[in-house]
Amino acid sequence: MNAEWRWDFAIEILPQMLWATLNTILAAGIGYAIAAVVGLLFLLGQRTPIKIINMANREIVEFIRSTPLLIQLFFVYFVLPQFGITLSAWVCGMITIGLHFGTYLSEVYRGALEGVPKTQWEACRALNFSMFYTYRKIVLPQAFPIAIPGMGNYLVGIFKDTPLLSTIGVAELFHAATAVGGYHYRYLEPYTIVGIIFLTLSIPAAIWIRKIEKNVNLSQGKIKKEQI
Amino acid sequence: MSYFAFLSEHGPTMLLGTVTTIKVLICSTILYVIISLIFGLMRLSKNPIIQGTATVYIEFFRGTSLLVQLFWFYYVLPFFGLTLEAFTAGVVAIGMNFGAYGAEIVRGGVLAVPKGQWEGAFALNFTPAKRMRKIIIPQIFPIILPPAANLTVELLKATALVALVTVVDLTFEAKQINSITWLSAQCFGTALLIYYIISRFFLVPFLRWLEVLAAKKVGKEKA
Repeated sequence: MNAEWRWDFAIEILPQMLWATLNTILAAGIGYAIAAVVGLLFLLGQRTPIKIINMANREIVEFIRSTPLLIQLFFVYFVLPQFGITLSAWVCGMITIGLHFGTYLSEVYRGALEGVPKTQWEACRALNFSMFYTYRKIVLPQAFPIAIPGMGNYLVGIFKDTPLLSTIGVAELFHAATAVGGYHYRYLEPYTIVGIIFLTLSIPAAIWIRKIEKNVNLSQGKIKKEQI
Repeated sequence: MSYFAFLSEHGPTMLLGTVTTIKVLICSTILYVIISLIFGLMRLSKNPIIQGTATVYIEFFRGTSLLVQLFWFYYVLPFFGLTLEAFTAGVVAIGMNFGAYGAEIVRGGVLAVPKGQWEGAFALNFTPAKRMRKIIIPQIFPIILPPAANLTVELLKATALVALVTVVDLTFEAKQINSITWLSAQCFGTALLIYYIISRFFLVPFLRWLEVLAAKKVGKEKA
């Protein structure tokens, strides 16, 4: 083995890697969509007035948040077949990522709802708005900008955790790199290309999120000025 | 096979793995704390070279996935003649990755120290080094500890990844036992429970205790 970077090899495997990148992006997108919905469910569980559901919800969220995604993946992938449910690696991966990041997103949602000033709720109550109208017209439009940075960060977070899916055999970017590396017994180029692809996708995303965050902070600052 | 029979047969192996997991946790926590302090302060430097180095480091490690970095350290560095043991590669990858996240926390903490403290130190004619060492740094701990505690719990979860570069930790043992016995629910369930217990009953209380300690210390110094 020598440290020489072989351009011909890198260019040879590049199309394969780019193709697998599409799978990674797809996995991140689907996982994020599921996580966004699961997060809403956890938020509902948290805000229902029934105490037992609240407590169960909190324990479940705590458990999912403090155990590694990797073992959760193995658990879903290997244990469900024991109960007669055989799912493909893709489906298992998406479910697990959705559940895992759903707990994080529910916290983002909670923070956003609590970020809406209490006076807004009281004003709605005073104006006799229905609950639905209160959420749709008053609370959610104000909560959404608060949630954007957190939601964006977890989108990038999910994207960076998709390589874990390769451990259960989802054919995404990292899986492709390992396969190519194993076939040619050269890991330098595949893994380096994976790193570069991740950088070129996640740094612009992070910059974009920071920009949105700045805009949100600005608009919130404006609101505060007007209130004074 | 009942669960107790499973535990009595494979429990000791899993506990051995747990010891390795805790070793990885402790080593990489020490590394990440040191890296975050250094790069967090470098990030605040007025020297463009120092600041640029820190920014590149942080963006690089936050922009790529931990698993990719881990494999890079373990499988690619030997190409350059630097062969790391699996354990070392795991600790270094996790420490450097979380150090990048921690550096941002440290930067935020330093910026959050009230301006009056800086002005006070300036008025007392402290040198910049003394100002940092005696006034600013002691005050950042109560600010950075809550987010750093979250990050440390994340780190505990990330230690599971070292199993993929053949470190024999809890995850590795669970996978091994699974491939021998095919009792997936028992072995992965047990592993999940052990991680949960470490985090809920050991790591988190310890970090809370540190938070209280740091807050008390600053409070005392104020009085």
